[in-house]
Amino acid sequence: MTRVLPIATVLAVLFVLWYAGAVWMNSKWTLAQAERQGVELSFSEIVADTMRQDRPRLPPPHQVAVELKKTVIDKKVTSKRSLVFHGWITLSATLMGFALGTVTGILMAVSIVYSRVMNMSLMPWAIISQTIPIVAIAPMIILVLSLMGVEERAVPKAIISAYLCYFPVLVGMVKGLRSPDAMQLDLLNTYGASGWASFWKLRFPSSVPYLFTSLKIGIAAALVGTIVGELPTGAKRGLGARILIGDQFGNPIMIWSALIAAACLAGALVSIVAVLQGVTMKRMGFAR
Amino acid sequence: MARASVVEARNLDLTFQTSDGPIHALKGVDLDIAKGEFVSFIGPSGCGKTTFLRVVAGLEHPTGGEISVNGMTPDEARRQRAYGYVFQAAGLYPWRTIAGNVRLPLEIMSYSRADMGERVARVLELVDLSGFEKKFPWQLSGGMQQRASIARALAFDADILLMDEPFGALDEIVRDHLNEQLLSLWDRTAKTIGFVTHSIPEAVYLSTRIVVMSPRPGRITDVIESTLPKERPLDIRDTPEFLAIAHRVREGLRAGHAYDD
Repeated sequence: MTRVLPIATVLAVLFVLWYAGAVWMNSKWTLAQAERQGVELSFSEIVADTMRQDRPRLPPPHQVAVELKKTVIDKKVTSKRSLVFHGWITLSATLMGFALGTVTGILMAVSIVYSRVMNMSLMPWAIISQTIPIVAIAPMIILVLSLMGVEERAVPKAIISAYLCYFPVLVGMVKGLRSPDAMQLDLLNTYGASGWASFWKLRFPSSVPYLFTSLKIGIAAALVGTIVGELPTGAKRGLGARILIGDQFGNPIMIWSALIAAACLAGALVSIVAVLQGVTMKRMGFAR
Repeated sequence: MARASVVEARNLDLTFQTSDGPIHALKGVDLDIAKGEFVSFIGPSGCGKTTFLRVVAGLEHPTGGEISVNGMTPDEARRQRAYGYVFQAAGLYPWRTIAGNVRLPLEIMSYSRADMGERVARVLELVDLSGFEKKFPWQLSGGMQQRASIARALAFDADILLMDEPFGALDEIVRDHLNEQLLSLWDRTAKTIGFVTHSIPEAVYLSTRIVVMSPRPGRITDVIESTLPKERPLDIRDTPEFLAIAHRVREGLRAGHAYDD
């Protein structure tokens, strides 16, 4: 529980900065209104006004909290206005993308570690793939898939999500699968071990700590990928769609509540992977 | 005493090609190791002692000359599970318990489950680690880890035990203790042991024969038959006989210019 204090401190600082930012950014509108009406406002009146605008530039935390309560708790989860509903749309695509990206990353890593040709041909492309902005490829993926007759909305999103997610898994697994030293490989050689045996007995178990570190980055990247995938697709459902709609309708409170929901979702997903990591490491005897 | 040769090396050469030019790791090495012998290889770094052991194990391949292990090539001997190899570091898998680590070669060699359990128990007993089956490597001291790695090498009944500076990373006190244990293990199991070391007392204390090597090119400069009895308490190291052998080893190293740089 020693981690509670530092985390709480950082959160408190963020809240202070957030409120200060809200006062500063929203006060411009307040002052403009006051000038138009020809009234002088005291400092406390300005601050009070910045806390309760309908369309604030930066909604203060309590406004976002009220919106979150309305859209998460009060609305039925089947409602189109429920953030739980939109969160689930995003989550399901994220999990699909995460699974796809993880499997792709692991398979690519194995082929890179075992084949010199793959190492020299695949790795540069994997790196290049991450330098291309995902927003540039996302519409192409959606277009190609719809030409191929894929109707399901979640599929292109999952692929975009996997596109971001596979890379950390690939890099981590290449490092992990290569982590056994020459001595350990020699030892297996003296047993006349097959490549199959040396993979399952040595290389794969050695890579597990690296895999989990990658999965934590990967699942967060998968969520980002899904949300980005929801932006240019004209999707009406999902957290990304809420952000886009909020932007189009000039509703920052909606944008910010979707952002906070996405952040909580990311936090929860990373925590779940961290718990799995802890349990696995302990069972494998890595934990001390 | 006409004992069968386990290892026969004839005019063995091994040259590594590096970017700095060829390195003669072994040159003209002739050596026979008889069944049940305890042969130590001693010499400075780069004298080829480890390389020779690796050639015997089929981990390196000679560029000239001939070598046979049990009358076969080293690679064939490996497939027949002719030897267990102990490295300088214990190299236990952190995700396996001690029993799991000792079981590793047995799993790879597809022993039956019942046989595995029995063998693991037997070799752990042999290295005095009974009761530590369920511990993970990090729960054991360095000396105990190295004993576990010796148990792992003994688990599949290889006749030859090749040990590459197995106690090099351990402190003097632990080392003495393990040397004593290794001798008693050798006595009970009748294995043929090839043992690489940097330490003159260790070589003299353990061996029936000491092979002194020197570098550039890696070659044998002297082979010393030990006159010490088979029964060797630790304080044998203070006897004149022991000191005489140690002196000859040192002379051999000096003759090979081992102290030049």
